Amino acid sequence: MGSYFDGSQSDPFRPFGGEDGGSGRMRGAGVPGSGPAAGFMDRQGSSFADFLASYSPDLLPGRMAPSSGVPAGDAGGQVLRDLPHATTIVAATCEHGVVLAGDRRATSGSMIAKRDVDKVFRSDEYSAIGYSGTGSMGMDVIRAFQVELEHYEKMEGRSLSLEGKANRLAWMVRGNLAAAMQGFIVVPLFVGYDEDADRGRIFSYDPLGGPYEEHRFYSIGSGSVFARGSLKKLFSDDMPARDAVLACVQALYDAADDDSATGGPDLTRRIFPVIATVTADGYRRLSEAESEDYAEQVVQGRMSAPDGPQAPLRNAG
Amino acid sequence: MPFYVSPEQSMRDKADYARKGIARGRSCVALKYAGGILMVAPNPSRALHKISEIYDRIAFAAVGRYNEYENLRKAGVTYADITGYQYDRVDVTARGIANWYAQALGTIFTESNKPFEVEIVVAEIGRQSSDDQIYRITFDGSVSDEPGFVAFGGQADQVSTVLKERYRDGLSLAEAFGAALAALAAPSNGEQRPDVVAAQLEVAVLDRARDHRTFRRIRAARLEELIGEVRAADQKAAEAAKAAEEAEAAEAAQTPAEPEPADSGPSVGPDAAGTDRGSGLDDGGDTPSSPL
Repeated sequence: MGSYFDGSQSDPFRPFGGEDGGSGRMRGAGVPGSGPAAGFMDRQGSSFADFLASYSPDLLPGRMAPSSGVPAGDAGGQVLRDLPHATTIVAATCEHGVVLAGDRRATSGSMIAKRDVDKVFRSDEYSAIGYSGTGSMGMDVIRAFQVELEHYEKMEGRSLSLEGKANRLAWMVRGNLAAAMQGFIVVPLFVGYDEDADRGRIFSYDPLGGPYEEHRFYSIGSGSVFARGSLKKLFSDDMPARDAVLACVQALYDAADDDSATGGPDLTRRIFPVIATVTADGYRRLSEAESEDYAEQVVQGRMSAPDGPQAPLRNAG
Repeated sequence: MPFYVSPEQSMRDKADYARKGIARGRSCVALKYAGGILMVAPNPSRALHKISEIYDRIAFAAVGRYNEYENLRKAGVTYADITGYQYDRVDVTARGIANWYAQALGTIFTESNKPFEVEIVVAEIGRQSSDDQIYRITFDGSVSDEPGFVAFGGQADQVSTVLKERYRDGLSLAEAFGAALAALAAPSNGEQRPDVVAAQLEVAVLDRARDHRTFRRIRAARLEELIGEVRAADQKAAEAAKAAEEAEAAEAAQTPAEPEPADSGPSVGPDAAGTDRGSGLDDGGDTPSSPL
């Protein structure tokens, strides 16, 4: 994929600016002699993150990273273990689009931190993002990414291309590197509808960035191994969206079945996976009722076949 | 050796300069309708917008020099995005942005040799029609809170007069658009303006029915459709008026059926007494004029 490092930053490992400005105050960088209001005037470029990096770098995700904070010893390890971590996200392409779904569990160590956490979000009209890893860090990255996309769109009067969005996200993930080195890792999974190709696309990342384009389906997080194994048997090319959604919910069930950090559908509390589709009609998050319906189908099926639907042993023909 | 120029003289000169620059361009209108706020500007360019989105429920319209108001627009978007990112999306308000513009324009007007030749409007839709707000900010940083409608730019007075006649609360989108077209076609200096055509118009709404980002441009087919609706309504009104006239002539009665909408809207024009013509600079009461 293309380069995400545009060379405007002096240190590639600190794309969000240097060590100065640590007081949290905004610098009034602007036209000399034009007063405090001028900080926003005469902008060059359309990136929100770039602007923030020069204006008030502390506001960027990863900036408050414990590069000088958490001690590396036991205490630091304990803090890290106790932070809520988000777990499994699955994605599958479908006919003219893509599905993204996530379970609802966040864990801190061996404890369940939260049962109804949201890990799948709208990033803009034609894309969606999910994350696994440190919860608070992930939320920051996603919020900054959402503003980044919308800001570009408003400044330029057009949306970024899907590749442009994916590359931009890689750059923002890399901004979190200092934190990632301490173990505060965030890995997003980005999906979008490619208008030119009329199909859904999936991009994955590592803690240093990426993006890596994935084909057909993908999963991230602690239960991703089981989820991907499940999707491998259930996925077929150009599935209708509702089938792809069902395959994703099956995969999440399989992940929850074998991974303690992934939560299955909670029928007693009515907590079900968060499911989003991105198609030519744009981003759509399935309603509670719809996602309940899919989860019920899966759970009902598992009552008689606990391991889920079986794939044929031999290829047909 | 610099000459002494009195501050009064210098301010007057700057104001005259800015006014002349703005008067060269055409007017733009913004008005409330039942479902939100409509903005219409004559603009042959598809790429250089006069009307734009600032935030979820806030739009921006400007007349004057493109490079100057484009700079202001981008600053407004930056202000809004930073505020929303730091706090929450609901904490971005038109009032805050209008104050920021007032301060920026006021500073530029007093401190630089060349004032900005722009006039801008910031509009925000609320949960219901009564919460809608329209602010107009002039080149010297004065802010006014406009009730329901505003015409600004070159021939603002003539345009505003017509708009005032046609405006009332709770107009439908087509009615509001009709009023805007009639206003923009208002005769100036006794000259009737040519009919406005779709290709020459920039139209956008803040649509209360949408969630998240409510700003929407009305283009191409939808715009033609709207213009069609307005033409049909105009024709009907003209026929009704003609019929009424004939009836009147035939019977010489003294009760003509006047189809013209009654002026039931607020009788306050943009420049009339009662509008809040604060300087903006002092209007910081409970909103900080800078984001931090």
